[in-house]
Amino acid sequence: MNFNSVSMETQTIVSEKKSVYNNAERISGSEAVIRCLLAEGVDILYGYPGGAIMPVYDELFKYQNKLQHVLTRHEQGAIHAAQGYARISGKVGVAMATSGPGATNLITGIADAQIDSTPVVCITGQVSSHLLGSDAFQETDIVGISTPVTKWNHQITKASEIPEVLAKAFYIAKSGRPGPVLIDITKDAQFEEFDFIYNKCEGIRSYNPAPSIDVKAIQNAAVLINNAKKPLIVWGQGVILGQAEDQLKEIVEKTGIPAAWTILGASALPTKHPLNVGMVGMHGNYAPNILTNECDLLIAIGMRFDDRVTGSLDTYAKQAKVIHFEIDPAEVDKNVKTDIAVLGDAKDSLLQLTPLLEKNSHDNWHQRFKDLYAIELEKVIAGDLFPEKEGLSMGEVIREINQQSKGSAAIVSDVGQHQMVACRYSEFNQTKSNITSGGLGTMGFALPAAIGAKMAAPHREVVAIIGDGGYQMTIQELGTIFQHKVPVKIVVLNNDFLGMVRQWQQLFFDKRYASTEMANPDFVSIAKGYYIDAKRVVKREELANAVAEMMASKDAYFLEVCVEKEDNVFPMIQSGASVSEIRLC
Amino acid sequence: MAKLKSYTVSAYTENNIGLLNRISAIFQRRHINIESINSSISEIDGVSRFTIVVYVSEVQIKKIIGQIEKQVEVIKAYYHTDEETVYQESCLFKIKSDLLFEHDGIQNIIIESNSKIVTVTKDFFVLEKSGNKEEIELLYKKLSPFGIMQFVRSGRIAVTKEEMKITEMLAAFNN
Repeated sequence: MNFNSVSMETQTIVSEKKSVYNNAERISGSEAVIRCLLAEGVDILYGYPGGAIMPVYDELFKYQNKLQHVLTRHEQGAIHAAQGYARISGKVGVAMATSGPGATNLITGIADAQIDSTPVVCITGQVSSHLLGSDAFQETDIVGISTPVTKWNHQITKASEIPEVLAKAFYIAKSGRPGPVLIDITKDAQFEEFDFIYNKCEGIRSYNPAPSIDVKAIQNAAVLINNAKKPLIVWGQGVILGQAEDQLKEIVEKTGIPAAWTILGASALPTKHPLNVGMVGMHGNYAPNILTNECDLLIAIGMRFDDRVTGSLDTYAKQAKVIHFEIDPAEVDKNVKTDIAVLGDAKDSLLQLTPLLEKNSHDNWHQRFKDLYAIELEKVIAGDLFPEKEGLSMGEVIREINQQSKGSAAIVSDVGQHQMVACRYSEFNQTKSNITSGGLGTMGFALPAAIGAKMAAPHREVVAIIGDGGYQMTIQELGTIFQHKVPVKIVVLNNDFLGMVRQWQQLFFDKRYASTEMANPDFVSIAKGYYIDAKRVVKREELANAVAEMMASKDAYFLEVCVEKEDNVFPMIQSGASVSEIRLC
Repeated sequence: MAKLKSYTVSAYTENNIGLLNRISAIFQRRHINIESINSSISEIDGVSRFTIVVYVSEVQIKKIIGQIEKQVEVIKAYYHTDEETVYQESCLFKIKSDLLFEHDGIQNIIIESNSKIVTVTKDFFVLEKSGNKEEIELLYKKLSPFGIMQFVRSGRIAVTKEEMKITEMLAAFNN
């Protein structure tokens, strides 16, 4: 093991393996940035140039055969694209921006990545070090601003710091519970020449990415699971981030325990798996929400008991014992008191747990889920997917996409009603297929995130499902799609309303529709203005053909579906209500 | 309502720019006022130590410790009640030198309070007192009538009665 502490107080372990760039070469800080990115396996980055980051862009120009830079139309687009890239690939997404407004425009996406544990590294230019604190042109304290929404951040003022800091940035972003890292580099550090050597970071003494697994906790968990009569698994994104999908499936199949998912956990287990009992939370499925308050054991795997999942904590699963498999110790007992916390990586934990579990089927308990599903099917799902009224429903659009993609598409959704419908009804037969802004609820996420997702997984069909409100928050990224020829499929479910807010106004504010009705532009013309094939559907009989045409397209395609204006999303757990008070209408 | 208490947070950290911000942000986002905060070197070479006093419930402080410890550059964080720590604050009074000779009272106060004269000039003298908050407040009250030119009090510094195994933790990393 080798210690490295050139520029910082923090001790890090660096790779013993000699890197390709091990022989010191005299290069500029900006070239070093590119070399670091290449050494970390970065193939695509998203960004927007400007004064303080120009030296790095100059090097990008020289390295354009090795490293693709995607020019978005706004820095928010760059960070969301990097998030989409990370979410579908599991790799670190990279976004780059200049100082000042360029850097602050990244903040929403960084906050989104922080709350949804997405590994991204942001590189921002900064004014020269002698100007720091002088209110120089486009100077902003981006390290200060980004501190509460990054896993780690750092400002570089000397070129010699670049390799060590960037190595740390990638290591921190990706390891343990992933998250965003921002590295701010002053312009003089980009110009400065130094002897470049790159070593990957393999450890930081003050940082323990994944707690080691306590065998006793695993054993205790196994006893509870084996003795449970009505156990329920609720898994989250931790299963996907920890690449524990196979282990989850094995456990579910061996024990016969019904398994439900949080919005970010979707797709870790195929939608049609017989033991997949659907989504929990505010607009989740009826059965898993109701039965959360009937189960005798709640097994939470890689999820964090968000308030949108739990509803009122005072009445959440009070009758049940709780086992929490979790990589981040700060999440244990944060919202729900656990009986057994199994700290550590989800995959390792589940691997150790499986052999201790007894085979079971829990048939009677399953019947409860089936019975409640039948109620939801009759009262909600049938009407959503096969509506009899004249107007198109959001659900039938998703159903059509499911049918034509055979569940193989990655669905990138924005925020609002369409998101809940997309997450409820999309069929997934492979993991990392549900890309959405969960924790932060960032409208404008989907279009740029879909760009990143499609570029990271070009072999996959990527369909962005977006509402008419969120679409217009980042609509300019159509320019990126056009310029970089990203064959992403865009479906706007247009109800001429900020639908979710309107739904709340209807239900909780006596139908006072304050500022939720949208006068929308001609979306088809806008798409065509960007040379993107586009179609609008207003009638049910046009839908199947339009979706078929979209799916058949080799290029980007825009489909606007005008849906019923005032449909509501049900089931629904009212904010602050108990999960068992979930309403069907 | 959970019972609020004064807790002393001790966090062993790397000595990096911006970490103070990162730690104080954890309190800010929970709308918790920091009663006092101190950062210094620790018993371990190259490791800093934050001592933070907050008035919160035990449930809150546990979560806060989790959030502090989660920060990449924090090695370990603890919380303790007043009873579990030995703590002190330090203060300085700047007072007119004339008073020292004109009033016997001041001399008695200095002796009784166990405070120390740090320096005496023609114009002023500086009195230093270490102790707990109440002792310092008492001294302040006694000196006030004479006129205090300047007063400053430090944040709490505290050592814990229990052992903190930071050195072992760092040794484990090094191996």
